[in-house]
Amino acid sequence: MSEAVQTPKISMRDVRKSFGTKKVLNSIDLDVAEGESCVIIGGSGTGKSVTLKCVLGLIKPDSGSIKIDGTEITEMDNDDHEDVMSKFGMLFQGGALFDSLPVWENVAFGLIHGRKMDREEAREIAMQKIEAVGMGRQVGDLYPAELSGGMQKRIGLARAIAANPEIIFFDEPTTGLDPIMADVINDLIVKCVKDLGATALSITHDMASARKIADKVTMIHEGKLIWTGSVEELDNSNNEYVDQFIHGRAEGPITKHANMV
Amino acid sequence: MKVKNYSINDFFQTIGHSLLSFFAAVGQFSAFAGLSVSHVFRAPFFPKNFLKQIVSIGYYSLPVVGLTTFFTGMVLALQSYTGFTRFNAESAIASVVSLSITRELAPILAGLMVAGRVGASIAAEIGTMRVTEQIDALRTLSVNPFKYLVVPRLIAGTLTLPILVLIGDLIGIMGGYIVSVHVLGFSAGSYLSQSWDVLQPMDVISGLAKAAVFGFIVTIMGCYHGFNSGRGAQGVGAATTNAVVTSSILILIFNYILTQVFFS
Ligand SMILES: Nc1ncnc2c1ncn2[C@@H]1O[C@H](COP(=O)(O)OP(=O)(O)OP(=O)(O)O)[C@@H](O)[C@H]1O
Ligand SMILES: [Mg+2]
Repeated sequence: MSEAVQTPKISMRDVRKSFGTKKVLNSIDLDVAEGESCVIIGGSGTGKSVTLKCVLGLIKPDSGSIKIDGTEITEMDNDDHEDVMSKFGMLFQGGALFDSLPVWENVAFGLIHGRKMDREEAREIAMQKIEAVGMGRQVGDLYPAELSGGMQKRIGLARAIAANPEIIFFDEPTTGLDPIMADVINDLIVKCVKDLGATALSITHDMASARKIADKVTMIHEGKLIWTGSVEELDNSNNEYVDQFIHGRAEGPITKHANMV
Repeated sequence: MKVKNYSINDFFQTIGHSLLSFFAAVGQFSAFAGLSVSHVFRAPFFPKNFLKQIVSIGYYSLPVVGLTTFFTGMVLALQSYTGFTRFNAESAIASVVSLSITRELAPILAGLMVAGRVGASIAAEIGTMRVTEQIDALRTLSVNPFKYLVVPRLIAGTLTLPILVLIGDLIGIMGGYIVSVHVLGFSAGSYLSQSWDVLQPMDVISGLAKAAVFGFIVTIMGCYHGFNSGRGAQGVGAATTNAVVTSSILILIFNYILTQVFFS
Protein backbone atom coordinates (compact mmCIF):
# COMPACT_ATOMS: atom_id res chain seq x y z
CA MET A 1 0.00 0.00 0.00
CA SER A 2 2.69 2.47 1.01
CA GLU A 3 4.54 1.45 -2.17
CA ALA A 4 1.73 2.80 -4.26
CA VAL A 5 1.50 6.25 -2.68
CA GLN A 6 5.25 6.85 -2.44
CA THR A 7 6.21 9.73 -4.74
CA PRO A 8 8.91 8.72 -7.20
CA LYS A 9 12.32 10.35 -6.75
CA ILE A 10 12.37 11.31 -10.42
CA SER A 11 9.27 11.60 -12.53
CA MET A 12 9.21 12.68 -16.18
CA ARG A 13 5.96 13.17 -18.10
CA ASP A 14 5.68 13.84 -21.81
CA VAL A 15 9.08 15.55 -21.98
CA ARG A 16 9.90 16.85 -25.43
CA LYS A 17 12.98 18.55 -26.82
CA SER A 18 13.99 19.57 -30.31
CA PHE A 19 17.22 21.16 -31.53
CA GLY A 20 16.22 23.29 -34.48
CA THR A 21 14.03 21.08 -36.63
CA LYS A 22 15.50 17.91 -35.18
CA LYS A 23 13.22 16.17 -32.68
CA VAL A 24 15.43 14.49 -30.13
CA LEU A 25 13.04 13.72 -27.27
CA ASN A 26 9.54 12.91 -28.40
CA SER A 27 7.48 12.38 -25.27
CA ILE A 28 9.60 10.74 -22.58
CA ASP A 29 7.79 9.23 -19.57
CA LEU A 30 9.88 7.79 -16.78
CA ASP A 31 9.57 7.16 -13.05
CA VAL A 32 12.48 6.20 -10.85
CA ALA A 33 11.67 5.26 -7.25
CA GLU A 34 13.83 6.20 -4.30
CA GLY A 35 16.80 3.84 -3.94
CA GLU A 36 16.19 2.33 -7.34
CA SER A 37 18.85 1.94 -10.01
CA CYS A 38 17.50 2.54 -13.49
CA VAL A 39 19.54 2.03 -16.64
CA ILE A 40 18.75 3.61 -19.98
CA ILE A 41 19.95 1.73 -23.04
CA GLY A 42 19.63 2.70 -26.66
CA GLY A 43 21.53 3.50 -29.82
CA SER A 44 24.05 6.25 -30.27
CA GLY A 45 22.54 9.69 -30.76
CA THR A 46 19.04 8.73 -29.61
CA GLY A 47 18.94 11.35 -26.86
CA LYS A 48 20.10 9.52 -23.73
CA SER A 49 22.49 12.23 -22.61
CA VAL A 50 19.92 14.90 -23.46
CA THR A 51 17.40 13.11 -21.20
CA LEU A 52 19.79 13.27 -18.24
CA LYS A 53 20.59 16.90 -18.92
CA CYS A 54 16.89 17.76 -18.96
CA VAL A 55 16.45 16.23 -15.51
CA LEU A 56 19.50 18.15 -14.30
CA GLY A 57 18.08 21.36 -15.73
CA LEU A 58 21.12 21.88 -17.95
CA ILE A 59 18.86 21.72 -21.00
CA LYS A 60 15.40 23.22 -20.83
CA PRO A 61 12.82 20.89 -22.36
CA ASP A 62 10.37 22.42 -24.85
CA SER A 63 7.42 20.97 -22.96
CA GLY A 64 6.50 18.38 -20.39
CA SER A 65 6.93 17.99 -16.67
CA ILE A 66 9.93 16.86 -14.63
CA LYS A 67 9.52 16.36 -10.89
CA ILE A 68 12.19 15.66 -8.32
CA ASP A 69 10.74 14.45 -5.01
CA GLY A 70 7.38 15.65 -6.29
CA THR A 71 8.60 19.22 -6.97
CA GLU A 72 8.32 20.55 -10.49
CA ILE A 73 11.74 21.78 -11.63
CA THR A 74 11.12 22.99 -15.16
CA GLU A 75 9.53 26.22 -13.93
CA MET A 76 12.06 26.96 -11.18
CA ASP A 77 14.15 30.11 -10.99
CA ASN A 78 17.91 29.88 -10.73
CA ASP A 79 18.32 30.09 -6.95
CA ASP A 80 15.82 27.34 -6.19
CA HIS A 81 17.39 25.31 -8.91
CA GLU A 82 20.81 25.57 -7.27
CA ASP A 83 19.28 24.05 -4.12
CA VAL A 84 17.86 21.13 -6.07
CA MET A 85 21.25 20.63 -7.72
CA SER A 86 22.81 19.84 -4.37
CA LYS A 87 20.86 16.56 -4.40
CA PHE A 88 22.53 15.47 -7.63
CA GLY A 89 25.84 13.98 -8.63
CA MET A 90 26.66 13.62 -12.29
CA LEU A 91 29.30 11.71 -14.18
CA PHE A 92 29.57 13.34 -17.62
CA GLN A 93 30.11 11.23 -20.69
CA GLY A 94 33.28 13.16 -21.54
CA GLY A 95 34.44 13.51 -17.93
CA ALA A 96 34.12 17.32 -17.92
CA LEU A 97 36.94 17.66 -15.39
CA PHE A 98 38.11 21.20 -14.59
CA ASP A 99 41.46 21.30 -16.34
CA SER A 100 42.70 24.30 -14.39
CA LEU A 101 42.49 22.43 -11.08
CA PRO A 102 44.47 19.44 -9.78
CA VAL A 103 42.68 16.10 -9.65
CA TRP A 104 42.00 16.12 -5.92
CA GLU A 105 40.44 19.59 -6.13
CA ASN A 106 38.20 18.37 -8.93
CA VAL A 107 36.93 15.59 -6.70
CA ALA A 108 36.65 17.90 -3.68
CA PHE A 109 35.02 20.74 -5.66
CA GLY A 110 31.44 20.09 -4.57
CA LEU A 111 32.54 19.61 -0.97
CA ILE A 112 34.55 22.83 -0.81
CA HIS A 113 32.23 25.13 -2.76
CA GLY A 114 28.85 23.43 -2.49
CA ARG A 115 29.06 22.08 1.07
CA LYS A 116 31.51 24.74 2.34
CA MET A 117 33.77 22.11 3.84
CA ASP A 118 37.24 22.88 5.14
CA ARG A 119 39.86 22.34 2.37
CA GLU A 120 42.01 19.88 4.32
CA GLU A 121 39.02 17.79 5.30
CA ALA A 122 37.69 17.86 1.73
CA ARG A 123 41.11 16.84 0.43
CA GLU A 124 41.14 13.81 2.69
CA ILE A 125 37.69 12.70 1.50
CA ALA A 126 38.74 13.31 -2.11
CA MET A 127 41.81 11.12 -1.65
CA GLN A 128 39.62 8.34 -0.23
CA LYS A 129 37.29 8.57 -3.23
CA ILE A 130 40.27 8.47 -5.60
CA GLU A 131 41.36 5.24 -3.90
CA ALA A 132 37.82 3.90 -4.12
CA VAL A 133 37.89 4.22 -7.92
CA GLY A 134 41.11 2.24 -8.03
CA MET A 135 43.88 4.84 -8.15
CA GLY A 136 46.70 5.84 -5.84
CA ARG A 137 46.76 9.02 -3.78
CA GLN A 138 49.64 10.44 -5.84
CA VAL A 139 47.17 10.80 -8.73
CA GLY A 140 45.41 13.48 -6.68
CA ASP A 141 48.23 15.94 -7.27
CA LEU A 142 48.30 15.53 -11.05
CA TYR A 143 46.26 17.64 -13.48
CA PRO A 144 43.41 16.10 -15.52
CA ALA A 145 45.35 16.53 -18.78
CA GLU A 146 48.02 14.18 -17.40
CA LEU A 147 45.53 11.30 -16.99
CA SER A 148 44.49 8.66 -19.51
CA GLY A 149 40.90 8.65 -20.80
CA GLY A 150 39.86 5.81 -18.50
CA MET A 151 41.48 7.50 -15.49
CA GLN A 152 39.62 10.74 -16.27
CA LYS A 153 36.39 8.79 -16.38
CA ARG A 154 37.06 7.31 -12.96
CA ILE A 155 37.96 10.71 -11.50
CA GLY A 156 34.70 12.03 -12.95
CA LEU A 157 32.94 9.24 -11.11
CA ALA A 158 34.80 10.02 -7.87
CA ARG A 159 33.70 13.65 -8.22
CA ALA A 160 30.08 12.62 -8.83
CA ILE A 161 29.87 10.55 -5.65
CA ALA A 162 32.15 12.65 -3.42
CA ALA A 163 29.37 14.57 -1.71
CA ASN A 164 27.17 11.47 -1.20
CA PRO A 165 24.35 12.82 -3.38
CA GLU A 166 20.80 11.49 -3.13
CA ILE A 167 20.51 11.07 -6.88
CA ILE A 168 23.41 10.05 -9.10
CA PHE A 169 23.56 10.11 -12.88
CA PHE A 170 26.16 8.05 -14.67
CA ASP A 171 26.61 8.74 -18.37
CA GLU A 172 28.41 5.68 -19.71
CA PRO A 173 30.44 4.94 -16.58
CA THR A 174 32.34 1.97 -18.00
CA THR A 175 33.05 3.15 -21.55
CA GLY A 176 36.79 3.24 -22.16
CA LEU A 177 37.69 1.05 -19.19
CA ASP A 178 39.30 -2.39 -19.27
CA PRO A 179 36.93 -5.25 -18.29
CA ILE A 180 38.37 -5.63 -14.80
CA MET A 181 38.22 -1.94 -13.99
CA ALA A 182 34.73 -1.83 -15.50
CA ASP A 183 33.65 -4.43 -12.98
CA VAL A 184 35.27 -2.49 -10.12
CA ILE A 185 33.23 0.52 -11.20
CA ASN A 186 30.06 -1.56 -11.46
CA ASP A 187 30.60 -2.75 -7.89
CA LEU A 188 31.17 0.82 -6.79
CA ILE A 189 27.91 1.96 -8.38
CA VAL A 190 26.00 -0.91 -6.77
CA LYS A 191 27.61 0.01 -3.47
CA CYS A 192 26.56 3.66 -3.79
CA VAL A 193 22.99 2.63 -4.40
CA LYS A 194 22.83 -0.12 -1.77
CA ASP A 195 24.94 1.43 1.00
CA LEU A 196 24.06 5.06 0.62
CA GLY A 197 20.51 4.48 -0.50
CA ALA A 198 21.08 6.71 -3.50
CA THR A 199 18.81 6.73 -6.53
CA ALA A 200 20.76 6.09 -9.72
CA LEU A 201 19.98 6.77 -13.34
CA SER A 202 22.64 5.44 -15.67
CA ILE A 203 23.28 5.27 -19.37
CA THR A 204 25.27 2.40 -20.77
CA HIS A 205 25.98 0.44 -23.93
CA ASP A 206 27.69 -2.23 -21.85
CA MET A 207 25.13 -4.97 -21.28
CA ALA A 208 27.27 -6.73 -18.68
CA SER A 209 27.34 -3.49 -16.73
CA ALA A 210 23.61 -2.95 -17.21
CA ARG A 211 22.81 -6.41 -15.85
CA LYS A 212 24.98 -5.83 -12.83
CA ILE A 213 23.89 -2.34 -11.78
CA ALA A 214 20.25 -2.15 -12.89
CA ASP A 215 17.05 -2.85 -10.99
CA LYS A 216 15.12 -1.56 -13.95
CA VAL A 217 16.08 -1.19 -17.61
CA THR A 218 14.44 1.08 -20.14
CA MET A 219 15.17 1.41 -23.81
CA ILE A 220 15.06 4.65 -25.78
CA HIS A 221 14.38 4.67 -29.49
CA GLU A 222 13.49 7.67 -31.66
CA GLY A 223 12.97 9.92 -28.67
CA LYS A 224 10.59 7.58 -26.83
CA LEU A 225 11.07 4.99 -24.14
CA ILE A 226 9.77 1.95 -25.97
CA TRP A 227 10.29 -0.73 -23.33
CA THR A 228 10.74 -0.74 -19.55
CA GLY A 229 11.21 -3.79 -17.36
CA SER A 230 13.35 -5.48 -14.75
CA VAL A 231 16.74 -6.98 -15.55
CA GLU A 232 15.22 -10.47 -15.34
CA GLU A 233 12.69 -9.57 -18.01
CA LEU A 234 15.41 -8.27 -20.33
CA ASP A 235 16.11 -11.64 -21.98
CA ASN A 236 12.47 -12.47 -22.70
CA SER A 237 11.08 -9.03 -23.33
CA ASN A 238 9.23 -10.12 -26.50
CA ASN A 239 10.39 -6.81 -27.92
CA GLU A 240 12.38 -7.17 -31.13
CA TYR A 241 14.08 -3.76 -30.65
CA VAL A 242 15.35 -4.79 -27.22
CA ASP A 243 16.41 -8.20 -28.54
CA GLN A 244 18.38 -6.67 -31.36
CA PHE A 245 20.08 -4.23 -29.01
CA ILE A 246 21.10 -6.61 -26.24
CA HIS A 247 22.46 -9.14 -28.70
CA GLY A 248 24.15 -6.46 -30.74
CA ARG A 249 22.82 -7.66 -34.11
CA ALA A 250 23.36 -5.55 -37.21
CA GLU A 251 20.08 -6.82 -38.69
CA GLY A 252 16.79 -5.93 -37.06
CA PRO A 253 14.02 -3.38 -36.65
CA ILE A 254 16.32 -0.61 -35.28
CA THR A 255 18.61 -0.62 -38.29
CA LYS A 256 15.85 -1.40 -40.79
CA HIS A 257 14.08 1.76 -39.83
CA ALA A 258 17.25 3.81 -39.79
CA ASN A 259 18.03 2.71 -43.33
CA MET A 260 14.60 3.70 -44.54
CA VAL A 261 14.92 7.28 -43.25
CA MET B 1 10.44 42.11 -64.59
CA LYS B 2 9.62 39.07 -62.57
CA VAL B 3 13.27 38.43 -61.88
CA LYS B 4 13.69 41.98 -60.64
CA ASN B 5 10.79 41.72 -58.22
CA TYR B 6 12.17 38.53 -56.90
CA SER B 7 15.59 40.01 -56.26
CA ILE B 8 14.17 43.08 -54.53
CA ASN B 9 12.13 40.82 -52.30
CA ASP B 10 15.20 38.83 -51.65
CA PHE B 11 17.13 41.95 -50.81
CA PHE B 12 14.63 43.13 -48.21
CA GLN B 13 14.34 39.66 -46.82
CA THR B 14 18.07 39.52 -46.27
CA ILE B 15 18.06 42.90 -44.56
CA GLY B 16 15.08 41.86 -42.47
CA HIS B 17 16.75 38.65 -41.38
CA SER B 18 20.01 40.33 -40.44
CA LEU B 19 18.15 43.05 -38.54
CA LEU B 20 16.13 40.46 -36.67
CA SER B 21 19.15 38.40 -35.75
CA PHE B 22 21.02 41.56 -34.76
CA PHE B 23 18.27 42.58 -32.35
CA ALA B 24 18.00 39.02 -31.06
CA ALA B 25 21.73 39.07 -30.33
CA VAL B 26 21.47 42.45 -28.61
CA GLY B 27 18.63 41.13 -26.47
CA GLN B 28 20.52 37.99 -25.59
CA PHE B 29 23.60 39.99 -24.71
CA SER B 30 21.64 42.42 -22.54
CA ALA B 31 20.12 39.53 -20.61
CA PHE B 32 23.57 38.05 -20.13
CA ALA B 33 25.08 41.35 -18.98
CA GLY B 34 22.17 42.00 -16.61
CA LEU B 35 22.49 38.55 -15.08
CA SER B 36 26.26 38.96 -14.72
CA VAL B 37 26.03 42.31 -13.00
CA SER B 38 23.26 41.05 -10.70
CA HIS B 39 25.70 38.43 -9.41
CA VAL B 40 28.47 40.95 -8.66
CA PHE B 41 27.00 41.94 -5.32
CA ARG B 42 25.71 38.58 -4.13
CA ALA B 43 27.67 36.01 -2.15
CA PRO B 44 29.39 33.60 -2.46
CA PHE B 45 32.50 35.31 -3.79
CA PHE B 46 35.56 33.57 -5.14
CA PRO B 47 38.54 35.69 -4.05
CA LYS B 48 41.10 33.19 -5.33
CA ASN B 49 39.68 33.38 -8.84
CA PHE B 50 39.60 37.16 -8.56
CA LEU B 51 43.29 37.41 -7.61
CA LYS B 52 44.21 35.03 -10.42
CA GLN B 53 42.37 37.28 -12.88
CA ILE B 54 44.03 40.42 -11.51
CA VAL B 55 47.38 38.83 -12.27
CA SER B 56 46.43 37.55 -15.72
CA ILE B 57 44.54 40.66 -16.83
CA GLY B 58 46.61 43.34 -15.11
CA TYR B 59 50.11 42.16 -14.43
CA TYR B 60 50.66 40.23 -17.65
CA SER B 61 49.30 43.11 -19.75
CA LEU B 62 51.90 45.53 -18.36
CA PRO B 63 54.61 44.85 -20.97
CA VAL B 64 52.32 45.26 -23.97
CA VAL B 65 50.60 48.38 -22.58
CA GLY B 66 53.96 49.84 -21.50
CA LEU B 67 55.55 49.29 -24.91
CA THR B 68 52.65 50.67 -26.96
CA THR B 69 52.26 53.82 -24.85
CA PHE B 70 56.02 54.37 -24.73
CA PHE B 71 56.45 54.34 -28.48
CA THR B 72 53.28 56.34 -29.01
CA GLY B 73 54.57 59.02 -26.65
CA MET B 74 57.84 59.10 -28.57
CA VAL B 75 56.21 59.34 -31.97
CA LEU B 76 53.80 62.04 -30.74
CA ALA B 77 56.73 64.22 -29.70
CA LEU B 78 58.44 63.69 -33.02
CA GLN B 79 55.33 64.36 -35.11
CA SER B 80 54.25 67.45 -33.23
CA TYR B 81 57.78 68.81 -33.50
CA THR B 82 57.74 68.53 -37.30
CA GLY B 83 54.30 70.14 -37.32
CA PHE B 84 54.93 72.90 -34.78
CA THR B 85 58.32 74.13 -36.08
CA ARG B 86 56.37 75.55 -39.03
CA PHE B 87 54.57 77.84 -36.58
CA ASN B 88 57.48 78.34 -34.21
CA ALA B 89 55.47 76.72 -31.46
CA GLU B 90 57.80 73.99 -30.25
CA SER B 91 56.90 74.76 -26.68
CA ALA B 92 53.47 73.21 -27.26
CA ILE B 93 54.96 69.73 -27.72
CA ALA B 94 54.91 68.86 -24.03
CA SER B 95 51.24 69.80 -23.71
CA VAL B 96 50.24 67.93 -26.85
CA VAL B 97 51.98 64.79 -25.65
CA SER B 98 50.63 64.80 -22.12
CA LEU B 99 47.07 65.77 -23.10
CA SER B 100 46.74 63.27 -25.92
CA ILE B 101 48.26 60.47 -23.92
CA THR B 102 46.15 60.91 -20.80
CA ARG B 103 42.86 61.81 -22.46
CA GLU B 104 42.84 59.53 -25.47
CA LEU B 105 45.76 57.39 -26.37
CA ALA B 106 46.63 55.55 -23.19
CA PRO B 107 43.03 54.41 -22.57
CA ILE B 108 42.42 53.49 -26.21
CA LEU B 109 45.72 51.67 -26.65
CA ALA B 110 45.42 49.84 -23.35
CA GLY B 111 41.80 48.96 -24.13
CA LEU B 112 42.58 47.58 -27.58
CA MET B 113 45.67 45.73 -26.44
CA VAL B 114 43.81 44.15 -23.55
CA ALA B 115 40.92 43.31 -25.89
CA GLY B 116 43.35 41.35 -28.03
CA ARG B 117 45.19 39.70 -25.18
CA VAL B 118 42.61 39.21 -22.46
CA GLY B 119 39.34 39.22 -24.41
CA ALA B 120 40.63 36.45 -26.63
CA SER B 121 41.93 34.32 -23.79
CA ILE B 122 38.74 34.71 -21.72
CA ALA B 123 36.58 33.71 -24.70
CA ALA B 124 38.83 30.75 -25.50
CA GLU B 125 38.99 29.53 -21.92
CA ILE B 126 35.27 29.83 -21.17
CA GLY B 127 34.38 28.57 -24.66
CA THR B 128 36.48 25.45 -24.09
CA MET B 129 34.80 24.97 -20.73
CA ARG B 130 31.41 25.24 -22.42
CA VAL B 131 32.31 22.80 -25.18
CA THR B 132 33.80 20.22 -22.80
CA GLU B 133 30.76 20.54 -20.48
CA GLN B 134 32.82 21.98 -17.61
CA ILE B 135 30.25 24.76 -17.21
CA ASP B 136 27.49 22.16 -16.89
CA ALA B 137 29.67 20.34 -14.38
CA LEU B 138 29.98 23.53 -12.31
CA ARG B 139 26.22 23.76 -12.12
CA THR B 140 25.79 20.14 -11.07
CA LEU B 141 28.25 20.85 -8.25
CA SER B 142 26.00 23.70 -7.05
CA VAL B 143 28.40 26.43 -8.11
CA ASN B 144 26.96 29.26 -10.14
CA PRO B 145 29.13 29.70 -13.24
CA PHE B 146 28.38 33.44 -13.30
CA LYS B 147 29.79 33.84 -9.82
CA TYR B 148 32.69 31.47 -10.36
CA LEU B 149 33.76 32.50 -13.87
CA VAL B 150 32.19 35.78 -14.95
CA VAL B 151 32.15 37.99 -11.86
CA PRO B 152 35.87 37.62 -10.96
CA ARG B 153 36.81 38.52 -14.53
CA LEU B 154 34.43 41.48 -14.73
CA ILE B 155 35.65 43.03 -11.49
CA ALA B 156 39.30 42.33 -12.24
CA GLY B 157 38.97 43.90 -15.71
CA THR B 158 37.10 46.97 -14.49
CA LEU B 159 39.56 47.61 -11.65
CA THR B 160 42.88 46.81 -13.30
CA LEU B 161 42.48 48.63 -16.58
CA PRO B 162 42.53 52.09 -14.91
CA ILE B 163 45.72 51.11 -13.10
CA LEU B 164 47.24 49.94 -16.38
CA VAL B 165 46.25 53.24 -17.97
CA LEU B 166 47.76 55.28 -15.14
CA ILE B 167 51.03 53.44 -15.67
CA GLY B 168 50.62 53.90 -19.43
CA ASP B 169 50.16 57.67 -18.86
CA LEU B 170 53.47 57.89 -17.05
CA ILE B 171 55.34 55.76 -19.57
CA GLY B 172 53.85 57.61 -22.55
CA ILE B 173 54.81 61.01 -21.13
CA MET B 174 58.25 59.61 -20.42
CA GLY B 175 58.51 58.51 -24.08
CA GLY B 176 57.71 62.05 -25.20
CA TYR B 177 60.21 63.41 -22.73
CA ILE B 178 63.02 61.17 -23.95
CA VAL B 179 62.51 62.19 -27.57
CA SER B 180 62.11 65.88 -26.78
CA VAL B 181 65.11 66.10 -24.49
CA HIS B 182 67.54 63.62 -26.00
CA VAL B 183 66.65 63.81 -29.69
CA LEU B 184 65.17 67.27 -30.20
CA GLY B 185 67.34 68.98 -27.61
CA PHE B 186 64.76 70.71 -25.35
CA SER B 187 65.60 71.55 -21.78
CA ALA B 188 64.53 68.80 -19.41
CA GLY B 189 63.24 71.12 -16.70
CA SER B 190 60.97 73.25 -18.87
CA TYR B 191 59.60 70.20 -20.69
CA LEU B 192 58.60 68.55 -17.43
CA SER B 193 57.07 71.67 -15.95
CA GLN B 194 55.10 72.30 -19.13
CA SER B 195 53.79 68.74 -19.12
CA TRP B 196 52.77 69.07 -15.51
CA ASP B 197 51.25 72.55 -15.76
CA VAL B 198 48.95 71.80 -18.66
CA LEU B 199 47.37 68.73 -17.07
CA GLN B 200 44.07 69.22 -15.25
CA PRO B 201 42.84 66.51 -12.88
CA MET B 202 39.93 65.94 -15.26
CA ASP B 203 42.30 64.96 -18.09
CA VAL B 204 43.67 62.07 -16.10
CA ILE B 205 40.41 61.12 -14.38
CA SER B 206 38.46 60.98 -17.63
CA GLY B 207 41.10 58.65 -19.05
CA LEU B 208 40.85 56.38 -16.03
CA ALA B 209 37.05 56.37 -16.20
CA LYS B 210 37.24 55.38 -19.85
CA ALA B 211 39.65 52.63 -18.91
CA ALA B 212 37.22 51.21 -16.37
CA VAL B 213 34.47 51.12 -19.00
CA PHE B 214 36.82 49.49 -21.52
CA GLY B 215 37.86 46.89 -18.95
CA PHE B 216 34.22 46.04 -18.39
CA ILE B 217 33.55 45.85 -22.14
CA VAL B 218 36.51 43.54 -22.82
CA THR B 219 35.74 41.12 -20.00
CA ILE B 220 31.97 40.97 -20.52
CA MET B 221 32.42 40.42 -24.26
CA GLY B 222 34.98 37.68 -23.62
CA CYS B 223 32.67 35.95 -21.15
CA TYR B 224 29.57 36.37 -23.32
CA HIS B 225 31.13 34.92 -26.45
CA GLY B 226 32.80 32.14 -24.48
CA PHE B 227 29.52 31.21 -22.79
CA ASN B 228 27.69 31.11 -26.11
CA SER B 229 30.47 29.36 -27.96
CA GLY B 230 29.44 26.97 -30.72
CA ARG B 231 30.40 23.33 -30.54
CA GLY B 232 33.88 22.04 -31.22
CA ALA B 233 37.20 23.73 -31.88
CA GLN B 234 35.65 25.78 -34.67
CA GLY B 235 33.03 27.18 -32.29
CA VAL B 236 35.67 28.24 -29.80
CA GLY B 237 37.73 29.83 -32.57
CA ALA B 238 34.76 31.85 -33.76
CA ALA B 239 33.93 32.87 -30.18
CA THR B 240 37.47 34.16 -29.72
CA THR B 241 37.42 36.20 -32.91
CA ASN B 242 33.98 37.65 -32.14
CA ALA B 243 35.04 38.61 -28.64
CA VAL B 244 38.03 40.59 -29.92
CA VAL B 245 36.19 42.22 -32.82
CA THR B 246 33.07 43.25 -30.88
CA SER B 247 35.00 44.54 -27.89
CA SER B 248 37.37 46.56 -30.10
CA ILE B 249 34.46 48.18 -31.94
CA LEU B 250 32.58 48.88 -28.72
CA ILE B 251 35.70 50.44 -27.20
CA LEU B 252 35.98 52.89 -30.09
CA ILE B 253 32.27 53.73 -29.95
CA PHE B 254 32.26 54.24 -26.19
CA ASN B 255 35.45 56.26 -26.41
CA TYR B 256 33.62 58.75 -28.57
CA ILE B 257 30.55 58.81 -26.33
CA LEU B 258 32.59 59.26 -23.16
CA THR B 259 34.72 62.01 -24.69
CA GLN B 260 31.52 63.81 -25.62
CA VAL B 261 30.25 63.39 -22.05
CA PHE B 262 33.44 64.56 -20.38
CA PHE B 263 34.54 67.44 -22.59
CA SER B 264 31.46 69.19 -23.90
N1 LIG C 1 23.30 21.20 -27.46
C1 LIG C 1 22.88 20.56 -28.56
N2 LIG C 1 22.60 21.27 -29.68
C2 LIG C 1 22.17 20.65 -30.79
N3 LIG C 1 21.98 19.33 -30.89
C3 LIG C 1 22.24 18.57 -29.83
C4 LIG C 1 22.70 19.14 -28.59
N4 LIG C 1 22.88 18.15 -27.71
C5 LIG C 1 22.54 17.02 -28.35
N5 LIG C 1 22.15 17.25 -29.63
C6 LIG C 1 21.68 16.25 -30.59
O1 LIG C 1 20.76 15.41 -29.95
C7 LIG C 1 20.94 14.08 -30.33
C8 LIG C 1 21.02 13.20 -29.11
O2 LIG C 1 22.21 13.48 -28.41
P1 LIG C 1 22.66 12.68 -27.13
O3 LIG C 1 23.98 13.26 -26.71
O4 LIG C 1 21.58 12.68 -26.13
O5 LIG C 1 22.89 11.21 -27.69
P2 LIG C 1 23.17 9.91 -26.85
O6 LIG C 1 21.95 9.07 -26.87
O7 LIG C 1 23.73 10.26 -25.53
O8 LIG C 1 24.27 9.20 -27.76
P3 LIG C 1 25.64 8.50 -27.33
O9 LIG C 1 25.29 7.14 -26.92
O10 LIG C 1 26.44 8.51 -28.58
O11 LIG C 1 26.24 9.31 -26.24
C9 LIG C 1 22.17 14.04 -31.19
O12 LIG C 1 21.76 13.84 -32.52
C10 LIG C 1 22.82 15.36 -31.05
O13 LIG C 1 23.32 15.78 -32.28
MG1 LIG D 1 25.52 10.35 -24.68
